[in-house]
Order: sequence, then structure tokens, then C-alpha cells
Amino acid sequence: MNKKTFGNKLVASPYIVWSAIFIVVPLIIMLYFALTDSSGNFTLANLSGLGEYKKAFAISILYAAIATVITLLLAYPMAYFMSKLKISSQRMIFMIVMIPMWMNFLIRTYSWITILANTGLINTFLKNIGLRPLKLINTPGAVILGMVYDFIPYMILPIYSVMSKIDNSLLEASEDLGSNGFNKFKRVIFPLSRPGVISGITMVFVPSVSTFYISQKLGGNKTMLIGDTIEYFFNLGPDYYNIASAISLVLMVMILICLFIMNRFSDGEEGGVLM
Amino acid sequence: MKILSRIYIALIVLFLYAPIAVMVVFSFNSSSSVWVLEGFSTRWYEGLGNDTAMLNALKHTVIVAVLSAIISTVLGTAAAVGINAIRRKFSKKIIMSVTQIPMMNADIVTGISLMLLFIFFGKLIGLNESLGFGTVLIAHITFNLPYVILSVMPRLQQTDSHLAEAALDLGCPPLKAFFKVILPSISTGIITGFIMAFTLSLDDFVISYFTCGHYQTLPIVIFNMTKKSVKPDTYALSTLIFISVFVLMVLYNVLQTKSEKKHAS
Amino acid sequence: MKKIHALLLTLIISLSVLLTGCGYQYKELNLRANYDKSLQGTTLTVYNWGEYISDGADGTIDVNKEFEKLTGIKVKYLTFESNETMYSQIKSGGISYDIIIPSDYMIERLRNENMLSKIDTSKLSNYDLIEDKYKNLFFDPNNEYSVPYNVGLVGIIYNEKLTGKDIKHSWDVLWDEKYKDMALNFSNPRDAFMTAQMLLGQDLNTLNKADWDAAAELLKQGKSNLQSYVMDEIFGKMETGEASVAPYYAGDYLTMLDTNPDLRFFYPQEGTNIFVDSVCIPKNAKNYDAAIKYINFLLEPDISTANAECLGYASPNTAVINNKDYCYYQNEILYPDESTLPKVQYYHDIDNEIRTYYETLWTKVKAY
Repeated sequence: MNKKTFGNKLVASPYIVWSAIFIVVPLIIMLYFALTDSSGNFTLANLSGLGEYKKAFAISILYAAIATVITLLLAYPMAYFMSKLKISSQRMIFMIVMIPMWMNFLIRTYSWITILANTGLINTFLKNIGLRPLKLINTPGAVILGMVYDFIPYMILPIYSVMSKIDNSLLEASEDLGSNGFNKFKRVIFPLSRPGVISGITMVFVPSVSTFYISQKLGGNKTMLIGDTIEYFFNLGPDYYNIASAISLVLMVMILICLFIMNRFSDGEEGGVLM
Repeated sequence: MKILSRIYIALIVLFLYAPIAVMVVFSFNSSSSVWVLEGFSTRWYEGLGNDTAMLNALKHTVIVAVLSAIISTVLGTAAAVGINAIRRKFSKKIIMSVTQIPMMNADIVTGISLMLLFIFFGKLIGLNESLGFGTVLIAHITFNLPYVILSVMPRLQQTDSHLAEAALDLGCPPLKAFFKVILPSISTGIITGFIMAFTLSLDDFVISYFTCGHYQTLPIVIFNMTKKSVKPDTYALSTLIFISVFVLMVLYNVLQTKSEKKHAS
Repeated sequence: MKKIHALLLTLIISLSVLLTGCGYQYKELNLRANYDKSLQGTTLTVYNWGEYISDGADGTIDVNKEFEKLTGIKVKYLTFESNETMYSQIKSGGISYDIIIPSDYMIERLRNENMLSKIDTSKLSNYDLIEDKYKNLFFDPNNEYSVPYNVGLVGIIYNEKLTGKDIKHSWDVLWDEKYKDMALNFSNPRDAFMTAQMLLGQDLNTLNKADWDAAAELLKQGKSNLQSYVMDEIFGKMETGEASVAPYYAGDYLTMLDTNPDLRFFYPQEGTNIFVDSVCIPKNAKNYDAAIKYINFLLEPDISTANAECLGYASPNTAVINNKDYCYYQNEILYPDESTLPKVQYYHDIDNEIRTYYETLWTKVKAY
């Protein structure tokens, strides 16, 4: 008789079966496709041929990294200032930041075209006040802007949620001990907010590095990110499933490695169960 | 400093809402352009009622979101209870790592791997159409599950297990003990999990894109529209969704503040 | 005061655009064939190009709705944006369709891969309306698998106000620095390669990898000149003056012209691509009989005319071509005098290896 913990592990079995079929098996099938040619024979050609796409990988990582840094720089002060507001205002701003996440991101991204286009709102305004129009849309900058815009709530919210829990008495104590503003930040606020920063970074970096919509709409379809490459091949038909699977596999491994490194940084305080 | 921080918050909010404002304004455009404003009209709102493709997609989205949220909440809560009871650290760790995969992985990889699975099995059993309602539902349940499990799990760990044990010792059947003792204490986790699952499902585009077949959800229809020329009707529908979300959130906020004030007094 | 005048003027212009827009007005359909409700309650899944059917906007005929009313068959209508996307959906086995409308070379490929059902044209009472020159073409020599829907040519659309009247009638305009950041090109590989192949004087169906390499090089060179790669997004971009030069299908030019009267069109001197889009029934169709009915319905003079007027594409249907009330009757862009036209070439289904070669090459152009 085992009564130490309530519940029977058997109730997890439907889920365990489910996750085996719909999480593990699909990845095995993907691995199978990555390691075979279109007639089903074993080959390493898909993986060894991936050098062809190193530019797509490099650009995706670069753009996603830039977007993540910008997002962090914008979101961190936001989260900090939010946590200093009255409780009722905090709640209101929290809600305001969250609402856009409920809206379809395709539409929100698409409306940026209206703002950034050559005949769009910003350039029409510039022309009307007699300035030269700027080239905004269809540039790498527009793609990065799209990433920052779409994913910034995922950075603000986790950082805010750890910051709002920082005990004010800690800050007061550090002030009493003679900490100036910068020291207070370095010694108290930043270390305590680190788990939020880490989860924010992963929640922005992962979707940015694998996106295929933002670059098509805001980048004029002129950059081929890794997500675009995968989508392109999948839309050409089953002949390309092998190469597309190989690229997906590498993308996945890359992301998992990033997350693993991130997890090490977070001191295992939260979510350290991965791997 | 205080003023500066207020200005900063206002600027970020402006950034977040600029495209939404554009969308709302252009949904009232009298011409069919989403670039050039020509005049005020509500024709796109009036036309929505006749756009069967879009309404169907909305219906599909809601059905999938509700069903996948319910199923994943039930399955996920049971899973959390079960996993919590597993003693061997190693097996627990493996299960939790697998659970995190759909959460951590890029959506496009999850979507593609599921699509390959469905097509593979569809071919195996000789279906001439393997993608559709069933597959998009399975896909949504799959990516919802980790969120449910991870929001129920911490509550479960905080729950005092002695209470439940006491109930069992007094001859209470396990199921009853669960509903009477455990469930009330983990209910906030379950509700959070459900809401998260519902939201994620409503908003999902990438995974549905690869698994939905003919059963197109709203994000898919919108995606197809943005491949042509978006008309203000898409903006009109999004505006309506925006307003309903906004009203719901404000209402929720007001009610919560009120109930807290009551408790305080 | 001036402002009000300007406002009124734009209002009048926008109204008149609405009124003059081409659209087949009708009261009651005149039908040649008989339609019964024997298949009532079944569903027909139609997979067509985007913006490629008369859908009832602005008082035109809603083709699918009329078919539903007449036969009681429910039409599930879905769209694709390139032949390749359509192919991948059907080939994967993930999704089945009853009606598809691919282009010539794709029909050839689908037929070669045994993915099409035969269409018994004797069951199509309206088949006699198809003009003879669109029968027995290379992709379906015995008219067993396809029924022509639209025909067309690719040309270049430009905005006279932005480019000036003086424009070289050549594919070279897409590479011309004069139109930097204002030029568009196709986002699907076959059509994009075509623009370069034409400039290089190549056979569009060349089996020589070096030819494709040369075309890819040219596309890479031209990339920095382009604003973006597009498909149907071109409508918005050309109509608003966001872009000034773009290659696209002649029929769509006429549709854009309805919204933006500054647009002009030419067939480049180096020659261009000609295409026929035809209706086919895939092998895994679920509702073959309804599909046959639907095809016959599409051939109806009233329906064909409605489609031809709404889409702006040239029709292979004699009931449209010879109809003096048809708004593009003898239109010189859609029905050009063949003696004045530069050399035209069809796409063919190319050998698998070469196709994979250029489709992969395209990712390098895009990543360049």
C-alpha cells in the first residue's frame, strides 16, 4: 500500500500515451525523413547539403538576436516602471500589454505595411511637411521591427511578473546600507529579475528565429529566413519533405541547444527540468 | 523621474497600439483600400454578416479552441496528478522534458512534424484525405497540454497531501477524495491552464497552417487574405474581436478590484 | 474652399470608378443545359487561384452561389496562389479536391504522375463552345483530362504617372535603375525565372543547367533593384502607386485599371509566356459527378461571360469571344492580333532533376 502521495501514477497514462504518439513519434518521423531520400533510402545527403542554407541560418539568427536585444532593452525599463506604479495602475497596464496578444498577429503585422509603405502614413506625413520620404518597408529593419513588435509582450510580462515580486524592503535595506542607484540595480534588482529576463529572451528568440510571415510581409519577400526556406520547400510537394525535414531538424537542435545554455544561466531556479 | 517613467510607459503603449489603431481607422474606410483613407462608412461591418467564408472560419476557430481547451485541461490535470505521484526521479524527469518539447520548440517544427505524422498514417491506412478537423484538434490539444500541466503542477505540489490521505484513511473512495479535497486547492491552476490553452488555440496560426486541411480557422483565412489584397472587412472583423476582448478584460478587471475591496473592508 | 473642391472631386472620381467598373449585370440566368437536384446535399470542393471567379461583388454573378441554388450541391471554395502550392497539397495526400484549375505545364505533370481523372467530354453539353485552337494542346492532346477555363499572356504593367510615358518595351525595365525600389517581380520561381530567361533569349523549358545558372545570376543582379517579390499582393501595390513597374498576367492588368486609370501595359519585345488554365478533376476527388456538373456550368455562356468580365482574362469560350455585349469584346490586350505579338512560349513539365535544380536555385536567389 502506498499512501504517501495522493493519486495514482496510472492517471497519467493517457497523457503519456498521447505525448508518445503526438510528440515523440512525429519527431522520429521527421528524423526519418531527414535521413532518407525521396524514395526512402538512407542518406546523409540532406544533412550534409545544408551548407547551402548557411546564409539563411546566419541571417535568421542575426535578425532574431538583434530583435531579442532590442526587445529586452525596450521591455526591461517598461517592466521596471510598471512594477513601481500603484497596484491598480499596474493591473491596468498589465492588461493593456496583454490585449494585443489576443489579436491575430497576422493582422497586426499587416497593418504595419499601412504605416511603413512608400505611400503609407509616415511617408505621407513626411511629404506633407516637405521632407524626403524614407525607405522603411521591405528592409531588414522592417523585418526586425516586426519581430520586436509581435513578441515584445512576451518579454515585458515575465520580467514584470518577477519584478513585481521583488520585496521593497530589500531595496530599502540596500539603500540603508549606502547603495547608490546603480549599485542597487546591479546588486539587487537585476539578479532578482534574471529568471524573468531569461524566460523573456527565450520566448522572443524562438519565434523570431523561426518566423516565416514577418519577413514575407514586411521584408518584401526578399530575405529568406530559415522559416521561409522550410515553408517554401513544404509548399513544393512531397519531393522536398526530406530536405525540409533536415532543415527543421537542425533548427530544432539549434533551439534546444540555446535553451539548454539559457537554462544553465538561470541557475535552475525555474523550468530547469529541460534535458 | 516619475514623469519620465510615465512618458516611457505611454510610448511603449503607443507602439503596441499603433497598428491596432490603424486597423480600427481603416475598418471604417469607405473605399476598399487599406492604404488610402477616402471617407467614413460602416459598409464593411454590414458586409461581415454575408461573408460566409469568414464566419465559417470564425466558427471553426471557436470550436477548435473550446474543444481543445476542454480536452487538454482534463487530460493535462489528470497527467499532472499522475506525474506528481511518480516516485522515480528519472522517469519523472524524462516525462517532464518530453512535455516541454512543444512549448520550447519552434511552432513551425511542431507543425511540420505533426503534419508528417498525419500524412504518414493517412497513407498507411489508405485515406485519401488525412488532414482536417480531427488533425487540427489533435495538434491544438498537443500544444496546449504542456501549458495546462505546468500551471496545475505547482499548485499540486503546494497542496497538503495529508488531507487527502486522511480522507482515504477514513474510507473515502479516491475519486471522491480527489473532487472533495484536491480539486478545490488546485482549481486556480486548472482555470489558468484552461484560459491559456483557449487563448493559445484561438491565436495559433503556424501549427494550424500545416495541419488543418480544409478545416480552415480564422488565422488561416486571414493569412490567405493577406496574400491577396486585404480588404477593410478583415480589419472590421479584427476590430470587433479587439473590442470584445477589450470589454471582457476591463469587466474582469473591474469585478476583481471590486471583490478585493469587499474583502478588504 | 479649394480643399472642399478637391474632396468633392475625389468623391466623384471614386464614385465613377465604382460605376464604370466592368461587371456583368444580369437579372436572370439563361442556361443552355439542364440542371437537376439529383446530387442535392453533397459537397463539391473547388480549389482555384485567388481572385479567379466571379464572386458576386458589386452586383455581378456569384458563380458558386448560383450553382448551389441550381443543383443543391454545396460548394466549398478554396484558393491557392501558385501551381506548385496546389500540386503539393494534392500530392501529399493530406487534402482532396473535386475541382482544380492548374495551368498547362502543371496539367502535364499531374497527368504524367497519374493524378488526374479522365473527363468524359461527351457528358459536357457545353463543351462545343470551346474554341478549337484551345483543344488538343500539348498538355492534353486528346482532350481527356482538362477543359480550358482562361487563357492569357504575361506582360508588364506600369504606372505612367510615375515612370513617364517613355518606357522601353522590354523585360529590362525590371533591372533598370530608373525604377529602383519601384519594380516588382514574381515570387514564384517559374515566372520569376521566365523574366530573366526572356532577356537572355533562352528556351523557357531548357534542360541545360548552365542556362538556369545564368538566369539565376541575372536575377541576383536585379534583386537590389526590386521593391519586393509578389503574387496577388501586386493588386494593392500597383493600384495605390506603391510600385511603378511589375510583370503580371494581362487579365489582372484590366482589373487594376478599373481602380487606377494611370496604369498602362505592354508585351515585352523579347517575347513572353502564354498560358492556358484548365479545369481538371484529381484522381482522389470524392464527388466526380458533381464536378462534371460544375464544369458544364462554368462553360455556360452567361457564367463564362460573368467570369471573363470580372477577372479580365481572355476566354477560350466562343460564346464569350463572339458576344458583342462582352465588355472586353475584341480588346487588343486580351485578344491581340497574333501578327503584332512578340514570340510566345508555353511552359512545359520539365524533367524532375532540372525542376529540382531550379527550384533549389531559387532559394539562393532569394537568400542573395
